[in-house]
Amino acid sequence: MLRYALLRLLGAIPTLLLVIVLAFLMVHAAPGGPFDAERVLPPEIEANIAKAYHLDEPLPQQFFSYLSGLLHGDMGPSYRYRDHTVGDLISSAFPLSLLLGAMAMLLAVVIGVSAGTLAALRKDSLLDRMLMALAMTGISIPVFVIAPLLVLLLAVQLQWLPAGWSGTAGAGKYVLPVISLALPQIAYIARLTRASMIDVLGSDFIRTARAQGLGTGAIVRLHALKPSMLPVLSYMGPAIAAILTGSVVVEEIFGIPGLGQHFVRGALNRDYTLVLGIVVFYATLVVLLNLVVDLLYGVIDPRIRRR
Amino acid sequence: MKLLSNRVVRVSTGLLGLVVLVAFLGPLVSPHDYLQTDFGNILQPPGFSGAHLFGTDDLGRDLFVRTMLGVQVTILVALVASAVSLVIGVLYGAIAGLAGGRVDAVMMRFVDTLYALPFIFFVILLMVAFERNFLLIFIAIGAVNWLDMARIVRGQTLSLREREFVQAAQLTGVSFAKIISRHIAPNLIGVVVVYLTLTIPQAILVESFLSFLGLGIQEPQTSLGALVDAGVNQMEGASWMLLIPASLLALILLCFNFLGDALRDVFDARQSK
Repeated sequence: MLRYALLRLLGAIPTLLLVIVLAFLMVHAAPGGPFDAERVLPPEIEANIAKAYHLDEPLPQQFFSYLSGLLHGDMGPSYRYRDHTVGDLISSAFPLSLLLGAMAMLLAVVIGVSAGTLAALRKDSLLDRMLMALAMTGISIPVFVIAPLLVLLLAVQLQWLPAGWSGTAGAGKYVLPVISLALPQIAYIARLTRASMIDVLGSDFIRTARAQGLGTGAIVRLHALKPSMLPVLSYMGPAIAAILTGSVVVEEIFGIPGLGQHFVRGALNRDYTLVLGIVVFYATLVVLLNLVVDLLYGVIDPRIRRR
Repeated sequence: MKLLSNRVVRVSTGLLGLVVLVAFLGPLVSPHDYLQTDFGNILQPPGFSGAHLFGTDDLGRDLFVRTMLGVQVTILVALVASAVSLVIGVLYGAIAGLAGGRVDAVMMRFVDTLYALPFIFFVILLMVAFERNFLLIFIAIGAVNWLDMARIVRGQTLSLREREFVQAAQLTGVSFAKIISRHIAPNLIGVVVVYLTLTIPQAILVESFLSFLGLGIQEPQTSLGALVDAGVNQMEGASWMLLIPASLLALILLCFNFLGDALRDVFDARQSK
């Protein structure tokens, strides 16, 4: 198991390097510099600014100093928020995004697995068809359509929940953002669970359990749930990426001061270092979380480890 | 056509055809154009009685024409982006599958690596770095969406490679490029068409996501994502500005997904026979 974990960890390093190189090159391939948009400056001052941000150095040198900065946890200064470093901005905004994302993920797994199991147990019934049609709708409709519609219905029309973030107290403000983030993932997980649960329920060891007189509830809990969770577990990687993507939109819609909002503002302001830093941060996060999922996979399914 | 006897396929194709037809013909018959502002008639609600079927926006522009323009742009971007991803995905997958061995392993490992990344962030990075223009949006979205296609095509090519006609071509010294274009590609059409119906909604999703954030299609041009964004800002007083483009976008995506799902079922059944 330890060997498996170490091999996986080593395998993640080239991926991370690739991400950093790609992101760095994309930003530096851009025509013009980050300070071009402002009023025309005397050439001496421009040269000084370029020097202060190391923009006068050759590209490989810039890359290696960026890389060594990253290894020390330094992502450089923000080009627009002059008083902050990129590291400051990320570490102050990320906890909120993490909280929302984790709540959405939890909700998605609990409801998705329950709905999928229910549909599998009542295969081809009206309930099954309705659940699956709902799931298809959930998959098709993007977060930035679902979230405003929920706000319009529950916050503007019925006034049950707050629509905004700042100035509202209490836990109510978490409800709509978390549900908006979770809905598409609930739909995916429900579909995956249904398919693999139907598969598992048809296998021999379940028939044996049934023949021994075990009730449906006990069969699902004790025998069927764990093996049918494997496809769901391998979907966790894409799900994490999807929730990160969704958080950008949700934070924009609800005005939540998280990392996603920094990212969009940074992109609109052409704050190169901030956007680069956040992309590298997100990608590292996704790669690491994928690693965790891989390891969990090895824990649940011992056959994987031995390969 | 046996496919058309499938009710899901029939309904989705019909609805999509209708939407596209109205989107491209509607603006031609409408007396308004998408740019013309009318400050005497801002935020008019939709209705059959007035001059504006879908109402007007906060600048008094006719929303029917703007929404239809949005559908046009969304569909066009999706088609071109899918074509880009089609070319990249089919070439990459066919080369990996035909080469096999270590080349195949390295190429597919690269795809797996890219697969794990939140790709949309790289598209946004591209949008920040370069001027935002139509062409770049096409290329960026196409560059994101080729991974699935590459995987499917590679799997299919691996099995085609073992067939006699491909081996015969290899033995008689036909060039690599010619084997791909003459023998592999024509046999991939079925599976490619099926996965294309699933790639198009993904491209629509990426485009409208970018436009929603203000990083895609720029004013005064518009797309469904941009219209939803405008609708969000006006939803308290003028809910139609949100509801109309949002439900159209949802309808288009649902139709494509149902269509793709049904086609894949038909195709898979045929494969397993």
